[in-house]
Amino acid sequence: MDILIYGIINSISLALIAIGFALVYGISRLANFAHGALYVVNGFIVWSILNILQINYILSIILSLIIIGIIGAAIYQFILIRVRGMAISEIIASYAIGLAMLEGLRWGGFKGMTYTLPVFIEGSIEISGIPVDFQRILVVLIGVLVVFLLWIFTHYNRIGLALRGMAQDERAAMMLGIDSDRMALVAMALGSLLAGLAAVLLLPMGNIVVEAGYNKLIMAIAVCIVGGLGSWVGAVLAAFLIGFAQIITVKYIASHFHMVVALLAIIITLIFRPSGLFGRQKELEERV
Amino acid sequence: MNEERRKERLDRGIKVRTEGIYAISSWEEMGYLLLPRLALICGMLALPLVLPIYWQRVISSVCIYSLLALGFDFLAHFLGLVSLGGAFFIGTGGYIAAILNTSLGLPPVLTLPVATIGGGAICTLLLYPCLPLRGVYFAIVTLMYPLVLARIIEALDIMGGTEGILGVASFPNRWIEQYGILVIVIVSLFGLRRLVNEDIGLVFRGVKDNDQAVKASALSINFYKSIAVFIASALGCLAGAYLVHIYMWSGISQFALDFSIIPIAATVIGGGGTLVGPILGCFILVPISELLRAFGTLRIVFYSLILVAFIVFRSEGIMVYAQRKYHQFERWVKV
Repeated sequence: MDILIYGIINSISLALIAIGFALVYGISRLANFAHGALYVVNGFIVWSILNILQINYILSIILSLIIIGIIGAAIYQFILIRVRGMAISEIIASYAIGLAMLEGLRWGGFKGMTYTLPVFIEGSIEISGIPVDFQRILVVLIGVLVVFLLWIFTHYNRIGLALRGMAQDERAAMMLGIDSDRMALVAMALGSLLAGLAAVLLLPMGNIVVEAGYNKLIMAIAVCIVGGLGSWVGAVLAAFLIGFAQIITVKYIASHFHMVVALLAIIITLIFRPSGLFGRQKELEERV
Repeated sequence: MNEERRKERLDRGIKVRTEGIYAISSWEEMGYLLLPRLALICGMLALPLVLPIYWQRVISSVCIYSLLALGFDFLAHFLGLVSLGGAFFIGTGGYIAAILNTSLGLPPVLTLPVATIGGGAICTLLLYPCLPLRGVYFAIVTLMYPLVLARIIEALDIMGGTEGILGVASFPNRWIEQYGILVIVIVSLFGLRRLVNEDIGLVFRGVKDNDQAVKASALSINFYKSIAVFIASALGCLAGAYLVHIYMWSGISQFALDFSIIPIAATVIGGGGTLVGPILGCFILVPISELLRAFGTLRIVFYSLILVAFIVFRSEGIMVYAQRKYHQFERWVKV
């Protein structure tokens, strides 16, 4: 029973982290390796607003999400747009940007155990004998809500539909008058915002540390690759697969293997089925 | 007065002459060919003599990164395999050398070649299933290998676990240490340059540009790719083994991302596809990061920003630019 409950919580957290990465890659074919950095940066933004400006928690969260969205858009508009289409340059450039942000934070003194965000609602509840605190329940609820809203957004909204059109066929979308660069900008802003949202939801359960930036990036990559790069449904399903696999290994083998599961999942998936378990097979693009 | 003009680039006469048999027809042509090469070799060999004692320690680490960068450039620009796994090679070579030295008591003279060949073989074997992958997929797989190895060593607590292996023998004196690695770098640089101009180099470039054509010529792509990966990973493992003997210690920090990032940055800055460029890049980047050591992690910020700036605005790199200036002259002509 505890495997089920913790598995669901872990899976939804993974899905939250990965969905922004999957969104950006799915729409603009841009592997945003600064995703983990954006996640941590947003944690520090909320912390700074909360502790320096001292305004309402909800308000500061909303403010931070707007800021992180603008940061993501700026990264695309001023840097990544110039290397667009060169996959390796994109990876190196975005990874270097992420590295600069994270190590800049570390240099600026944001390290150690002192930085925490308050939980939304104190207290915990027992579900069939297992104590679960409200924050984790909230993560599950909001996670499901976000996935649902994203589905609505991409199916019943002009911009959402344009994004989906671009994801399916960029050239055809351009012929129909969809501005590819502007949509990629929107996607990047939305992706950063989702990374920020994941940070706001997950960080209250621990400390804000710079190392999380690297770990979350690996998690996001693992989920997206197992699910198939660019496939959103696949990403959500893969989040459950990896989430449960992690909880089961932690319970029956050792907690050290938490990350090994994700890393091995990446390597094995890429070797045997590069397009992921749920992605469309594009044999010629992936393999020789 | 506002007439339009454009820049015209022409090869220098001496460049055209030195490409053929005429290269040995006069001292001028020979000088033209030999000058850059001799400047590089003499410059590198003179370094341990002219630098102050503190900077002499940096030479070895520059050379270690140079070997990695050389391997990266070779794989990326001649085979089309972008390997982000420099740390994987360093770690494998380092651990092999450390284990051979501490448990079997072999001296560095033996551990270095064994770690080079054995490490190259192990890395090639582990990377073999990923070789058919293209572009981004291969890059991500190679990025993950060092991470997963480090976590496995940590989790299973094997090979010294998080403590690492201590008490590895060092080199007899610093002259042997520094000249050893300098000579290794020079030999592998010119060796690789020769290799890519041989017949096999043509096949390598074919694999990069049009693998289907290579396949159609009844050549096994995987075979050629694995040869190239073996060469690059052997260079990396040699660098790792050298590193272990210099620091007299081997640990999971050798799987750190530094070893994957700095060689790439050096290649981008120095100019990819030239093989000399990455080494030049290392000679620029590593001392800069050493100068900034006092600023802590700010140096990582600094070289990440350099990397972004180069990749976005000057993706050709220093060496390609310098070669163009050396071989060609420019003039303004009326349109």
